[in-house]
Amino acid sequence: MTLRADLALVADLVTPGSRVLDLGCGTGSLLSHLAAEKGCSGTGVEIDADAVLVAIRSGVSVIELDMDHQLGEFADHSYDVVVLSRTLQTLHRPHVVLQEMIRIAPRVILSMPNFGYWRNRVRLARGRMPMSKDIPYDWYDTPNLHHATLVDLEDLFRAVGLVPLQRIPLTVDGHPLRLPELTATWAAGSAVYVLGAA
Amino acid sequence: MTSTDGVGLVETRTARLFDSEEPLRLAHGATLAPVEVAYETYGTLSPGRDNAVFICHALTGDAHAAGFHAGAARPGWWDNLIGPGRPLDTDRLYVVCANLLGGCQGTTGPSSVDPKTGRAYGLAFPLLDMSDFVTVHRALLAHLGIEKLLAAFGGSLGGMQVLEWALTHPEDMRHAVVIAASSRLSAQNIAFNAVAREAITRDPGFSAGQYVAEGTLPDRGLSIARMMAHITYLSEEAMADKFGRTPQLGEFEHGFGADFAVESYLRHQGESFLERFDALSYLYLTRVMDYFDPFSRAHATDAAAASGVRFLLTSFTSDWRFSSLHSRRIVRHLEHARIPVTYRDIETAGGHDSFLLEIEPYHETIRAYVDRALEEL
Repeated sequence: MTLRADLALVADLVTPGSRVLDLGCGTGSLLSHLAAEKGCSGTGVEIDADAVLVAIRSGVSVIELDMDHQLGEFADHSYDVVVLSRTLQTLHRPHVVLQEMIRIAPRVILSMPNFGYWRNRVRLARGRMPMSKDIPYDWYDTPNLHHATLVDLEDLFRAVGLVPLQRIPLTVDGHPLRLPELTATWAAGSAVYVLGAA
Repeated sequence: MTSTDGVGLVETRTARLFDSEEPLRLAHGATLAPVEVAYETYGTLSPGRDNAVFICHALTGDAHAAGFHAGAARPGWWDNLIGPGRPLDTDRLYVVCANLLGGCQGTTGPSSVDPKTGRAYGLAFPLLDMSDFVTVHRALLAHLGIEKLLAAFGGSLGGMQVLEWALTHPEDMRHAVVIAASSRLSAQNIAFNAVAREAITRDPGFSAGQYVAEGTLPDRGLSIARMMAHITYLSEEAMADKFGRTPQLGEFEHGFGADFAVESYLRHQGESFLERFDALSYLYLTRVMDYFDPFSRAHATDAAAASGVRFLLTSFTSDWRFSSLHSRRIVRHLEHARIPVTYRDIETAGGHDSFLLEIEPYHETIRAYVDRALEEL
């Protein structure tokens, strides 16, 4: 099974043999891939029932819990890395979840759609809420509770004591952006960050 | 696909696993002999002896988990889960279920005859520990020539046995499946057990535990214990759905009889329980649950963490006897010890007894887990 482009990129950022906690693991494809290709072990967290069944069937250990309130179940420094893919914007308390993640592991890999993507800016300038491949929902029917630009997001990292060690801006197709780094805040559809504690 | 095409006609067998030469040594120091164990098996043990699954039953269960006894109208207590094509697929698995030590359905218990006196043990029967159940289960496996289980399964007290087993002898199994269980009863749980025991021991028919010899039976106490416990096995919503405030006889008679349908139902539960359960077993088995607290032991998870055993836990959202918090406590302890654990909190209105019901997301979870476990062999 081929891994979704953005997950393949996350997989490349994980050190072989790591113990990985994948928050919002879906069907567990990242963890399956990491176990098979990089000798990693780990656990997924997911609440979508159908996805959980697929993850269980593929041998991934998956725990059904509410990320907003129940990450306290995981011990301090009990993983090498925590992954959160395109999910932070759906949580009630993103700042609390970020703090929990860095408590659980010394490394955080996080991806997030960029509300500041230029097409979003154009749509907003024309008086409409943005919709795009990265934000494909009507404003009234969306899992996304919070929208943030990459600039906003990096402010939050600083506020909760997280340091970006690496930033990989992505196109709307999930491939690394080939434009100069400075353009990322408007040219990237999303970005992947590797974060450590300040 | 549950009512037809199950495992068919089955029989309970009995094995004498301990005798006076080699008595059972209990956790609290006493010895017991002889010990006979009633068990059933379904499916076929593979040539590699690697497809065995052990079922640990709950407080009032027995060895008859699936199929039909000759002439019986109702199948075994977990028949919806066990059988050809069912989540515990007997076309691929060899399933073993035994009545537990201290029980009253064919395995040695407090109402068995004490060979020293020729009378029932009564209250002279030694107090049991969760680990004693495991010791006897392990002896049965040795008797059957099974070195390692694919999985041990259990709900409620059955799940507590699986937890104890997997923590103390994780080398016995690849997977431990712990359903609607607890690693430590709450004060409320113990309180319910305490009242049930009081109902039994205060019944004049209890005769200090020698009711068989005295020709009395603590029927009133045992049925009240069962009626109360049964309330805790259902959710308020399940009871409202099943009975509401419906009169038993079309209209209310306004008296102290069983005027509401729910009262009549509980009376029936209490009465029919007397035919299949023993008051002393009720005392002994509930007491084991009260004292069970495996994670309080030093290095409780070390053996399991080193062994590679993996856990599946499920709880049910409407279970208030062992709420989801009980399962999450187990998950937390295992997770902190870095033991692989999968956990689902199944949305259902069925209460604690949900583990006995055919609830699709629950059964699909078991099916997915077992299919994967078989594939990994």
